[in-house]
Amino acid sequence: MSTHKLTRATQEPAWVRYGLLTIGLGFLFFFLGLPLVAVFVEALAQGLPVYLEALKEPETRSAIWLTIVIALAVLPFNILFGVAAAWAIAKFDFRGKSLLITLIDLPFAVSPVVAGLIFILLFGSQGYFGEWLAAKEIKIIFAVPGMILATLFITFPFIARELIPLMQSQGKDEEEAAISLGASGWQMFWRVTLPNIKWGLLYGVILSNARAMGEFGAVSVVSGHIRGETNTLPLHVEILYNEYNAIGAFAAASVLALLALVTLVAKTIVEWRMKAETDMLNAELPGEKTA
Amino acid sequence: MTQFRKSIATLLLGLVAGAALADTTLLNASYDVARDVYKDYNPMFQKHWKAKTGESLELKQSHGGSTKQVRAVADGLEADVVTMNQANDIEFLADKGLVAKDWAKKFPNNASPYTSTMVFIVRKGNPKGFKDWNDLAAPGVQIIIPHPKNTGNGRNTYLSAWAWALKQPGGSDKSAQEFVGKLLKNAPLFAAGGRDATTTFMQRGLGDVLITFESEAEMIAKEFGKGNFEVIHPSLTMQTEFPVAIIEKVVDKKGTRKQATAYLEYLWSKEGQENAAQNYLRPRDPELLKKYAHFFPPVKTFTVDEVFGGANKAFATHFKDGGSFDQIYVAK
Repeated sequence: MSTHKLTRATQEPAWVRYGLLTIGLGFLFFFLGLPLVAVFVEALAQGLPVYLEALKEPETRSAIWLTIVIALAVLPFNILFGVAAAWAIAKFDFRGKSLLITLIDLPFAVSPVVAGLIFILLFGSQGYFGEWLAAKEIKIIFAVPGMILATLFITFPFIARELIPLMQSQGKDEEEAAISLGASGWQMFWRVTLPNIKWGLLYGVILSNARAMGEFGAVSVVSGHIRGETNTLPLHVEILYNEYNAIGAFAAASVLALLALVTLVAKTIVEWRMKAETDMLNAELPGEKTA
Repeated sequence: MTQFRKSIATLLLGLVAGAALADTTLLNASYDVARDVYKDYNPMFQKHWKAKTGESLELKQSHGGSTKQVRAVADGLEADVVTMNQANDIEFLADKGLVAKDWAKKFPNNASPYTSTMVFIVRKGNPKGFKDWNDLAAPGVQIIIPHPKNTGNGRNTYLSAWAWALKQPGGSDKSAQEFVGKLLKNAPLFAAGGRDATTTFMQRGLGDVLITFESEAEMIAKEFGKGNFEVIHPSLTMQTEFPVAIIEKVVDKKGTRKQATAYLEYLWSKEGQENAAQNYLRPRDPELLKKYAHFFPPVKTFTVDEVFGGANKAFATHFKDGGSFDQIYVAK
């Protein structure tokens, strides 16, 4: 069946095929390739030493550090929530399931700025919990905890969104088999479920991580923009640019772009491993059944 | 997994410990274009304070649009001092009880250590021959300004034009409103802030004239080259003040009143005034004003207090919802 489809697609006249190819690749080049190159060209406009000097600025380094800290801090929460939500949705039927799925998508629908303002409304000194927090001397807004919360809000759907279809397609047969063979709940999770979803999970982690490091809107609202303290890389890029410090801004942007490229490579590797594994499983399946 | 958890825990602990062990810290919440001023001023004050008291201070800066900054302070940004570019932003904090009601009397010169004026930036050779406000309201002219409702820069432009029209023969509030309406019709867009307006005019090449602070004009010269534009001083323009204030609630809580007061007072010292002048802000010190006369040609200025009866009143009449700006701009 698939060969039939393939021959039909390639039977289009040559000009259609190449025309479409040119449009597609041309678009990629102008809208993704060129800006990416431009970032590095601008950053290196006055030579490598100036570029490295710009990255050595204590405020830039602190921004890079804070970006990594926030990304790492949201990660365990995202994994925990993502796996738990996907588990509940894929393996069980319960009332309000579709409501839960809708709620998971909420951060995709809400503008990041609104997300940030929600936290101001809750934890700002004129917010609902403002006075209580002030009395207890707990700082959330305009400090790192608030920025972690805002990032968490923005990134929590990614892992769940990645795992739900995967876990749904895998069904619950293997888990049921494990339990009937006498495995405890945790044994089943660590030995059956986790190995099955590990690549999907990693893929989700990479995506949410990329978003966490690049988030601007929500974090900008709750940051307070204290340089060297609550300034992440994306915010720092804007500040440097507004200071007419183009080299510094593009140097910081190039770090972000590099992080994105690393993410892209990691994502491709994971995708490739996922595919290889399913292919292998499919190939082995008949043999295993007879054994 | 446990290894990973441990490293996270260490990381968070490190953050908390780092914050606790630091020296006394002052946070200065300031408007957008003040970055350069305080970048130079902070190390100066640190040195001065260390020599005087032996205490090493850590000084932190937070910058953003002026109104956004006071909002953040009202929402709990723990700034010890605010250094702003318009009085009504500080009035807003005074209303919220964060700043003393008589903040303007706590420091000399209306609590404004330096001033500036509003000027026109035109393209090289002044191709359209702009001289005064009425030239900018002529049909076909494009002016670039930030939004008058929520930026100091934009409000100052608006009030300068209003005051100029008021002082013309036969001028009245009605004629002034008409004039400002004509002027605003020439704005193809409102930039988000002072720097954004500058970028729009200089880098994107939009508009015939940019109206901004004299201090910003000199910054543009530094960034884009002196020969690319000319500065025009209109016949009457606003003397803009840059008021500073202590956030009472924060300094009382942190126990930093002494340091915060000294930090602001030092702005009036010879060094502080000289730093202002070098950042193209008109110092209060008459000797220094003379020394830097080539930067600061004498201009006829008015203050908001003289013409509009104070920043608060000016804000209420012109920029509050339903104020003169809304009437003009809706009618457009």
